Amino acid sequence: MNDMTRVERAVDSKAIKIAANNVQVYYGETHAIKDVNVEIEDKTVTAFIGPSGCGKSTFLRCLNRMNDTIDICRVQGDILLDGEDIYDKRVDPVQLRAKVGMVFQKPNPFPKSIYDNVAYGPRIHGLAKNKAELDEIVEKSLRRGAIWDEVKDRLDAPGTGLSGGQQQRLCIARAVATEPEVLLMDEPCSALDPIATAQVEELIDELRSRYSVVIVTHSMQQAARVSQKTAFFHLGNLVEFGETGQIFTNPEDPRTESYITGRIG
Amino acid sequence: MTDISQTPAAAPAAKPKKGSLFEQDARTKKRNAAESRFKMYGIAAIGIGLLMLIVLVTNIVTAGTGAFQQTFLELNVELKEDKLDKKGNRNIEDIKKVSTFGYAPLIASAIETEVQELGIQTDLSPKEMGKILSKAAQAELRNYVIANPDEIGKTVSFRFLVNSRVDGYMKGRVTRESIANDKSITVAQLDFVDQLRDAGVLYKAFNPDFIFGSDASDQRPEAAGIGVSMLGSLFMMFVVLALALPIGVAASIYLEEFAPQNRLTDIIEVNISNLAAVPSIVFGILGLAVFINYMHLPTSAPLVGGLVLTLMTLPTIIISTRASLKAVPPSIRDAALGVGASKMQAVFHHVLPLAAPGILTGTIIGLAQALGETAPLLLIGMVGFIASNPPDGLVAGFLSPNSAMPAQIYEWSKRADPAFYERAWGGIIILLIFLVTMNTIAVILRRRFERRW
Repeated sequence: MNDMTRVERAVDSKAIKIAANNVQVYYGETHAIKDVNVEIEDKTVTAFIGPSGCGKSTFLRCLNRMNDTIDICRVQGDILLDGEDIYDKRVDPVQLRAKVGMVFQKPNPFPKSIYDNVAYGPRIHGLAKNKAELDEIVEKSLRRGAIWDEVKDRLDAPGTGLSGGQQQRLCIARAVATEPEVLLMDEPCSALDPIATAQVEELIDELRSRYSVVIVTHSMQQAARVSQKTAFFHLGNLVEFGETGQIFTNPEDPRTESYITGRIG
Repeated sequence: MTDISQTPAAAPAAKPKKGSLFEQDARTKKRNAAESRFKMYGIAAIGIGLLMLIVLVTNIVTAGTGAFQQTFLELNVELKEDKLDKKGNRNIEDIKKVSTFGYAPLIASAIETEVQELGIQTDLSPKEMGKILSKAAQAELRNYVIANPDEIGKTVSFRFLVNSRVDGYMKGRVTRESIANDKSITVAQLDFVDQLRDAGVLYKAFNPDFIFGSDASDQRPEAAGIGVSMLGSLFMMFVVLALALPIGVAASIYLEEFAPQNRLTDIIEVNISNLAAVPSIVFGILGLAVFINYMHLPTSAPLVGGLVLTLMTLPTIIISTRASLKAVPPSIRDAALGVGASKMQAVFHHVLPLAAPGILTGTIIGLAQALGETAPLLLIGMVGFIASNPPDGLVAGFLSPNSAMPAQIYEWSKRADPAFYERAWGGIIILLIFLVTMNTIAVILRRRFERRW
């Protein structure tokens, strides 16, 4: 009991990184996200769970405005990053995405060398003044992506030649190379085998010390393993949001309970 | 005991419920028969296609290779000073005053001398003997003298083209029977040709002038070449490449990556697809109306031809470029946007390099299509123009009247003299070599730069 309260207190003391207020998302006529309110804390792993098509990925993509690339998608409501509305007219989505990095479901390294994959972000954002600095950023990022030891001897090899798990960790390294403040992960392990999944999960836990991580996952076990906070989505609604431990052991909403026990979804 | 040892061997195998797997039932037989029938149809279709191709290629090669060979007569011509430079001061202006016609006697006397030296017995007059040569021979001689006035007074060895009838006779196209009603050659002249051939001064040889030379008038098919119209085609392709590639690629990138999906872009899209199917002669008449009648660009100029062909090639390039942009997986765009690249950076750094092989292939195929196009050139006056002089300089190359390879071939095929027919086939061989080369380059580029992910 004592342990539990200590953890809760530790979580409670953290600052709010992203706050979403009354967010509505429409795909053409479809109302995909209905009135979602959620507060994502800094240096915390927040998991979004829910059945397929419940809107968790859609909501995640709202957080760095990746939905802008879809013509028919409309977003209403406020999403505040450090108190600033990211859907404000003055916000440039490109600048936002440098702050809010993203890792995708399928590992998608650029068909370039491992080095260029990681160096691309810092290059376009001008984070390195010279080659030495860039080398340093690449090494640091690959280390944070827990893949440095595996690839340090073949940085010129194509990123697409790595195994699935390595590719995904390369993508994570690429995402952290631009020094984001928030890292969004859209089912990062769904294309990986259990060993690679374990490596990525371990990595997510390490990343928590620096970033606010939001992860969408189909696997409830994964959510339970890696996250401190969990949000359960169902049919476009945010049904329940709270401490991961509480969601999995003592959910308030009957729908959450049904999903977790495997009756819906 | 006995039972146990016997049972396994004697036990009857359980009868399969739905018949044996070793026998095909009626339904399976029917399906297999349909499948093998379909395979036969496919093989037959490919066979017919291949057969047609073989017939076509053999036909072209047999009919066209003759154009690359021409019959020549070797002659030692004495460049008599009293005929060419009466004043003897080697003044180039005075030398130029002697017309092509004035060189005929030189050739006649050269033949006469040669006949005597070779000991050929003939009843023909020197003038009649001279007629077996091409009319181009006198011009060739005159050009030589004007270029080398110092050679006047000397005897120079030449290799002259013979006229198309004699050439046809050497190639088997013209026979003694076929010239019964032909006024331009007599049986006696053919006998004389036989004698010259036996003496070794008249022979068939490779004729580079067919590939590099200029077109000639109706009277001199033996002197006609495709070189100048090849230059015309080259200048046109230059215009097409310089305009169609950037415009086409920019349009496709905008439509594919940036344009909002709405009614207007839908209409544009449908129209581009339709434009690809518009008959090329329509582009020709458009070019006539816009570029020549309205903008007053010169008629028959490769620039105008290039502009018209650009219009025609654009849809092809846009469609293939868009297809190759579409083929780039969206995950690459997501990846680039995810690390904070702008849309343009995502397109130019990642999507475009991956789509480049497809774009290049589409462009080369579009160019090849434009290279072989005749109909639009008909309307802007590039067909029927006799490209007798190569353009001097780049500007003239674009602006002075010229023909194009397919237009030249069409022009030759129209002319009455059967010797032109052979040249038309020869021209087709050259055109096909160009097209095959371009397509091969397209295939190589695609193989070379295709990246897998």
